[in-house]
Amino acid sequence: MRTISIAALGLVLAAGSIAHAQQMPDPARVDAAVKAAFPAAPADWQGRLTPDATMKECSAYHNNPPKAVADALQKRELATVKYPADGKLIGDWKNGEKLAQSGYGMRFSDYPPRTVSGGNCYACHQITKKEVSYGTIGPRLLEYGKLRDFSADATKAVYERIYNSQSAFPCSNMPRFGTNGILTIDQIKDVVALLMSPDSPVNKDQ
Amino acid sequence: MAACAAVAIASAAMAQDTETEKGIEKYRQMLREDPWSNPGLLDADRGEALWKTPRGPKNVSLEQCDLGKGPGVVDGAFAELPRYFADADRVLDVETRLLWCMEKLQGFNRADLVKKPHPGGGQPVKELGAVATYVASKSSGLKYAAKMQHPKEKEVLALGQTIFFRRSGPFDFACATCHAAEGTRIRLQGLPRLSSPAAARKVVGEWPAYRVSTTHVMTMQHRLYDCYWQMRMPELEMGSDVSVALVAYLTKTAEGGEISAPGLKR
Repeated sequence: MRTISIAALGLVLAAGSIAHAQQMPDPARVDAAVKAAFPAAPADWQGRLTPDATMKECSAYHNNPPKAVADALQKRELATVKYPADGKLIGDWKNGEKLAQSGYGMRFSDYPPRTVSGGNCYACHQITKKEVSYGTIGPRLLEYGKLRDFSADATKAVYERIYNSQSAFPCSNMPRFGTNGILTIDQIKDVVALLMSPDSPVNKDQ
Repeated sequence: MAACAAVAIASAAMAQDTETEKGIEKYRQMLREDPWSNPGLLDADRGEALWKTPRGPKNVSLEQCDLGKGPGVVDGAFAELPRYFADADRVLDVETRLLWCMEKLQGFNRADLVKKPHPGGGQPVKELGAVATYVASKSSGLKYAAKMQHPKEKEVLALGQTIFFRRSGPFDFACATCHAAEGTRIRLQGLPRLSSPAAARKVVGEWPAYRVSTTHVMTMQHRLYDCYWQMRMPELEMGSDVSVALVAYLTKTAEGGEISAPGLKR
């Protein structure tokens, strides 16, 4: 089984690689080069140098894994999602907006932390009409809740997508905010509120 | 009904995007209109003086430094870097070669040079970066022509490509997260698709570049260091195999693109 998946991986890589770099470096050589390139990394940052199974698969397939790999990955990631104890998925959209604006947190200049980490959603998404400085890596989220009739199913789905983007979109570019401990459950609820509250600027005054 | 509304919103937003893009392009045009207004040229001059001045514990200039075309040959050398250097038994980009020359010829301590190699906001580019700016400027107008035929060069290139797509850190980011799609932005900043020769040819040759937002010249090694900061990774060491490999990958992808260093950036 393992041999088969490695062989399949090699095939995909050969097909997808650019002509000028046919040969694949030995994975141990890559890991050693990465370890040596970040000598200032403190002991509790060593984990950042080593990709987990999901990152490894996404990197190897250039974020376009075959269906079997994608399905297994998605299932594994969905299993990491933790829900609020009281079952309430919608928090405070005003704090959600602040989190969507803030790119603070986890950079090597952010230690010791001076404030809470943000979600930096606007870096990649258009979310409200009012904020014109938005990125385009991710999809537009204007009227997100309104277009989904503010349904309970859509609320649960978006909570899961923010908690772990790959639980819905295998090899998504978006960080796994909950699983990787970037945002807390309460913060994720606030971002869900920004998208799903009828009175949030995402859904109102468009 | 909902679908119609979504289409209407999408087209209005697309029109807004186009307007925003036009505004950004106008700003870039203003920056380009008077090339002699680029403050980076002062650093290229400073780099030339540093190249010729006896410095370091051995009190010699860099004029015996071989950038690949023979000792002291600066003209056109940058266009053929990175390359394999037998004396170092390594593939080196311009900054890592200068690091090698400053250590071996001038007697500087390598650990000191890589400790704080990049300027903070508002500070001028450091000595090594200024010399790199000078060397790059002496290939301005030429096209990238690194051969990358030596087995070690091929190995470094393959490493660079692998690293470009290698996700890691708490945000799961790789270079490819931002630089493998066409026409995307972070906030208002356009992102070049660096895995594509057409896009790489347009932008890679602008580095080192004077950055208006931080008021100093930023070298390519500094640019990569800054990307890793944003990627929530630790501090990338200047001259490390990872940084050289990424420079090699970007340069090879940009092969045939014109060098216009020092460039001028937002």
